[in-house]
Parts: sequence; structure tokens; C-alpha cells
Amino acid sequence: MSTPFPEPPRPGGDSTLPSPAGRRVGDEGINATVTVSIRDTRAVASRPPMPIRASASEPLRRFLQVARGAGLRISAAEGIDAARAVDLIGFADRTMLKDTLGLVLAKTADEKVLYDETFELYFRRDEFAGGQSAKTESVPEARGVPGRTPGGRDAAEHAGEPSLSELLERDDRAALAAALEVAAREVGIEKIRLLTQKNLYTRRILDRMGLREIEEALEALRSRGTPDDDARAQALAERIERLWDSVRDFVERGLMLYARGETEQFRERLLKSTRLANIDRSQHERMRVLVRKMAKRLATRYAVKRRRRQRGQLDIRRTLRRNMGWGGVPFITAWKQKRIDKPRVMVLCDVSGSVAWVAQFLLMFIYALTEVLADIRSFAYSGSLIEVSDALEKQTIDQAIAHIMTTVGFGSSNYGAALADFEDGWMEHVTNKTTVIILGDARGNGTDPRADIVDRVAQRAKRIVWLNPEPRSAWGTGDSDMYRYAPYCNLVRVCNTLDDLERVITGLLETPN
Amino acid sequence: MTNSEQPAQRPMIRSIEEVDAGLGAAGYIASRQISTAIYIAHHLQKPILVEGPAGVGKTELAKSVASWLTLPLIRMQCYEGLDESKALYEWKYGKQLLYTQILRDKVGTLIGDADDLGTALAKLHAFGDVFFSKNFLEPRPLLRALEQPRGAVLLIDEIDKSDQEFEAFLLELLSDYQVTIPEIGTVTAAVPPIVVLTSNSTRDLGDALKRRCLHLHIGFPDEKLEARIIASRVPGIDARLLAQLVAFVQQLRTLDLKKPPSVSESIDWARVMVLMHMAVLAEDMVRDTLNVLLKFESDIEAARKHVASLTHKALQAAVSDS
Repeated sequence: MSTPFPEPPRPGGDSTLPSPAGRRVGDEGINATVTVSIRDTRAVASRPPMPIRASASEPLRRFLQVARGAGLRISAAEGIDAARAVDLIGFADRTMLKDTLGLVLAKTADEKVLYDETFELYFRRDEFAGGQSAKTESVPEARGVPGRTPGGRDAAEHAGEPSLSELLERDDRAALAAALEVAAREVGIEKIRLLTQKNLYTRRILDRMGLREIEEALEALRSRGTPDDDARAQALAERIERLWDSVRDFVERGLMLYARGETEQFRERLLKSTRLANIDRSQHERMRVLVRKMAKRLATRYAVKRRRRQRGQLDIRRTLRRNMGWGGVPFITAWKQKRIDKPRVMVLCDVSGSVAWVAQFLLMFIYALTEVLADIRSFAYSGSLIEVSDALEKQTIDQAIAHIMTTVGFGSSNYGAALADFEDGWMEHVTNKTTVIILGDARGNGTDPRADIVDRVAQRAKRIVWLNPEPRSAWGTGDSDMYRYAPYCNLVRVCNTLDDLERVITGLLETPN
Repeated sequence: MTNSEQPAQRPMIRSIEEVDAGLGAAGYIASRQISTAIYIAHHLQKPILVEGPAGVGKTELAKSVASWLTLPLIRMQCYEGLDESKALYEWKYGKQLLYTQILRDKVGTLIGDADDLGTALAKLHAFGDVFFSKNFLEPRPLLRALEQPRGAVLLIDEIDKSDQEFEAFLLELLSDYQVTIPEIGTVTAAVPPIVVLTSNSTRDLGDALKRRCLHLHIGFPDEKLEARIIASRVPGIDARLLAQLVAFVQQLRTLDLKKPPSVSESIDWARVMVLMHMAVLAEDMVRDTLNVLLKFESDIEAARKHVASLTHKALQAAVSDS
């Protein structure tokens, strides 16, 4: 290109950027040098100048931390964008701030809701609370003393700042609140994650504020024993009690703010890798949400793309056709494409007593699968086998599961009979495009396993996959016929967590025909 | 592009109020959030990803910004199978072919005196890649948007309809306002265009794309905003009728419908009302024109049952409002 392009004007492009996002929880910056100094002069020109102090970047940085904790995924780049945006519009207008940060940080409808909640929770608690004046006075000052030694002396170290006992005596609530915020920041309240840490953090904050000295003073007053001192001690004790309460409250809110998202994510991760049989009733609702999410993910991933381009093999016919216009000189090449068909699936799900708990989730998952795959037929069996495609398609998930479980569920399983039912009723629908998935523990209570039917199904079907909720070590023990069936299956897998299920199904959807 | 042009100047937006006024003058009544988004996007030089139900004015927003700033609007409709040769650039094959034919003799004379193949080749090399230069390049929307001397408004419509590959291909453009053409090099925008992407959320967009954009969700407007929008689009409408009509539509949206009526539908409906010289909302007339608001037979059926009560409520609401 011959034309030199002029450098596009970048607002504040040349200024230093603190990366609020880049900083980890660990290096809780008690650092006055953090300055957001990007300034868009053009923006400032038309409105009253809005000086941005070091303290202004601090709330944003901590808000980002909180938002991440709540489950919003905010990258470092987005953090920088947020800082630039906030610098542009300032902290003065709350709605505008909310709109702006929402634009930069929340990128889906779910995230918007989460963001709104977090914003309300955080900025009510913090920067927009009434005691603005008291805070802006004290906060930067306190932060200016880096690397303080632990212990209860910091209140005394501040030359110009009254000690905790003075504050208590004066009952200066604004100043107390400010001191509380500072102390909380210093002990790293944002690292709180567990309910059981509440007392620990309460005590730490109080120590930071200098409670120990006051307790000593209180002791001293009490030991002197004059009526006057007693009265003072009494009053002081009451105030300390109140301080305890407010710190406890503060820590509780902090827990809600900082630990909410993480505990939720933690639970999800845990549930996904927990064996289905071990998930107790209280978690079922959550599981259902998880299964639905997983199905949706699969659906969005596989609903659209059914074509994969295969570079390397020229499609001569189409290439020639496309280049007729210029005498067949192949300017535009066409390549052979591979089409991945939506798999045709038949799922046989064991709902007998031995796997009843797992069966619930398996059915849930099949239910979800029916939404992803167009061509799926589902069957449930214990002593005998029935088709449940209709039930799963037309009823709500709870109705469908209840219906299936009452019809065939909880019986003692007889694989031979169930397989025979399948062969009689539906064998003709198994074609060389069908994938047959059998979910079950292969425990037939000593009945004839009829592995020969599996063999015949395997010959007709494209492939046959057996998912067994039992660990591999239990296969073949007792009445388990797993190893009798295994030779005829293309794939035999242990499948007892949601993670396993997702992996298997993903593999299934991705294999080309 | 010529060198004689003045250094590129992009229009400057000074405040959110200015956005409000500007879009208003262009016939687009923006909510506070929308104005903020445009303002921030302009100063941060970030694309805006607009999501929301169909017909709430996502595409219109881009058009209005263009007409307000008097920038060219370059629109790219996405669809499955859209690729870079349709979005970015294409070689003018025919022209290349024609020129090679015409110039064949010329080339012959040029290298005619060369003794051996090596010298001939060297001579040819000296002319550079004449056939892969800008003269033979057909710019498609994305490249055109980058080449506009004053900047442009680039509307990438319904990005969710495109493939994931295309989404990835857009990333370079969205973050750096530049594209790479293998034969020529990297083309950087003269003036970064204002990029608006719209999506109807038929599929989840990639994180990488979202990270590079500001995310604006336009939902159905509230009563006041919708009244203002309709008033600006249907100038002749009676204030009383407008209030009733908006109240009706707002309530209709609370029903469980497959596709609730959008702003574009309520504007159409208002136009119908004006055409029919209606002064107040009348029940039978509403019944007759429901098909303007609702696009599914089942929705119309469902709404028909509620027309009487909704009309009544709308009339009351409009009275209590004024």
C-alpha cells in the first residue's frame, strides 16, 4: 500500500494503564502509586472536569474482583476497557456507571442479570454509601502506609488519625465505618470463601482496628474499681459490643459478595464429577439445571454445523463449473466436503431397581438429547422393554420420568428378556446408520444374558455403545454379564458422572459417518 | 485513496447528550443505555454487539448513527457459508485474465532480447506483482469500510447466522481495525469505522468475539420511550390514540406469545390506525388488525380472547396517564 495511513487518534493511548484485571487477589495493593491517568481531553472539555484520584481506580479494581468472584468472566482486556470507560464517564452518575460497566463486562443475558445483582450489592455497600466524605479523607491516607506489620497498632501509628478508643468514645460512626473499611481491606476480606471463616475474619478486622488495646484499657478501667471508672467501663463495653456486631455484619455481607459465585461454581464442578449414584435428593434440582445446560451446550454446538470442509481433495467437477466464465482456468477452487449427518440414535436405558438412581439422570439426559438430535428413539427396560420416545418428547421431564418409572421402573432386570423384546419389536428399524447406545449395569440376576441378540444388533447397526455405571472392577463379578456383551460392542465405557456422559455424547456427535 | 486528501478526521462526539440529540434528529429515539453505548464505543474505539429480539431497532441504530454523523453506511448481511471472498475482497479474475491476454505480446517484446530463462525471469520479477495489485482487487464490505477516508459505520448484520470460522476471521478486524490480504499485506483503517454487530442470539457467539465488543442488549422499550418512538415515526398520530395504543401493545407483550409484538410492529400498527382515521382504540377494529401486530396464527388466536379486556385496560391506562 502506498498511502501512509495516519495513526488513528486514540483517546488516552499514550498514558499508563494500571491493569486492574491483571492483579491477583493475593497482591492486595496497599499502594498509592496506582493511578488511572488516562484522560480524554475532548470528553473533559464539554463537561465539568472530573479529577480521577488514585482512590477511584481502587473501587473499580475491587469491583472487578467481586464480579469475577460472582461468576462473571472478565478478561484482563475487559478490565482495561472498564478502566478506560470509567475514566471517560466518571463515578459521579450511578446509572451511567452501571450502564457503562454493563456494556463492557456483561456479555450475555445471564451475565447481565448477574452483573446487575453484583453491581447493586457492591456499590450500595461501598462507594455510594453515605459516609463519602469521611471515606475519601481517610482511605487514601491509610493506604499510603505500605507493608504494615501485623498487630493492633496501626490506629496509633496514624499521626493525624484518632485511635479506635477515641472514636468509640466519641461514638463517631462515620469514622468508625471508614476505619472498618480500611481494616477489612488490609486483612483481605475479598479472600473470604467459607462460612466457617466468618469469625476468623471478624477477629482479624477488629485486631487491625486496635481492639486489643481497648480491651486492655477496659481491663485497666475495671481493675481500678472506682464507681466512675466502672461506669466508663460499662459504656465502653457496650460500644465494643456494638462494634463487634457491625463488624460481624460487615463480614457476612462480604461473604455474600465475594464467595457467592465461587461456591456455586465449586458445587457445579463437584456435581459433574460425582458418581450419579451418590448424588442425594437435595441436589436433584441442581443436577437438573446442569443437565439442561449441558444439553443446551451440545445443541448449540451441533445444531448448526453439519459440514466440514476437507481441504486437500479437489472437487474437479465443481471447480470446472465455477470457472467456466474464464475458460476453465481454475481461479476459484472447490474442495470436496465431508458431510456429517446427525446421528441416528437408539438408546436403551436400564431403569431397574439396581440402577434406579442413576436411571433418573440417564433419562434426564436422554430427554435433553431428544432436543439435540432429530432422530432419536429411546427405550426403557427392566424385566421387559418399552419404547419411551413419545413420553420423552411430549411430556415435561418430570412427568416423563415419573411415567416411565411407574411403567417399567424399579423391577428386577432381565437383560435377556429385554433384548428379546427389542429384537422382536424394533430390530427392523436398526440400520447401518444407527448408533445403538445401551445404558445399564449388565446385571441380569442370573437370567440368560442372550448376548447373541447383541451380536445380531451389532451386525445390523453402525455401532453399538455400552455405557455401564459400574466401575470396571465390578464388571464380571456376581451376576454381571458385562464381559459377555463386551465383545460385540464397538465401545464399552464406564459412565457414572455427568462429565463421562458429556464426553461420550460429544464423541458420538463428532464422529463422521 | 489519494495522497492529496486532508488528514483523516473522524467526527467527534462530545457527550452522551449529543448522542441523544443526534440520534433523535436522525429519527431514532434512543434510550439512555443506547446513547451511552454509542458514546463509549466511539471513545474506546470498540465495536458494539447489539442483541435483542427482532424488530427493536438494532439495524436501525446503525443506520441512524450513519445518517447523524453523515458517514457512509456499509452493511454486510451474514449468512451461513459467508466467507472472506464475499466479505473482504475478491480478485477480479476476469480482468486479470483479460489483461494477461492483452499484455501477452508486450511481455513477449519485453523479454524478447533475454538470452536465457534466468534473465527473462529476472526481467519479469522487476515488474513486481502487477496482476496482484490493488487494481485487480474488488473490495467487499469489510475492506470498503476500512478504506473510507472519513470513516464509516460498518453494520455486520445477524452475525449469529454466520459460521464460527467467519466469526474468527472477523477478530482481526474488530480488535485492530485491520485486515490481512496475503498477496498485498495488511490494510489498516484510515479512520477506524464505527462497527455495529447485530445478533438475534440464534446461537451463542464465541467468547473471543464478545470480549472484543461492547455488549448492548436492546429489549422492548418502556411505555414512555415507545410512545416517543412511535410519535417520531408516525408524525400525524393523535396523542390520545398513541397513549392507548402503546398501553395496549405493552400489555399484549405480557401475554405468553410465541413472538411478542416488537417496536417495528407497533409502528406499523400505528400507521394502520392513522390510515384508518381512528381516533380511539376500538375493540372490533383491534380484532381486525391484530395480524399487523402478531405474526403467528396461534398467537393471534390466543390474543383474540384477551382483546376486550386488554382494550379496556389500555383505555383506562391512557386516561390515567394523561
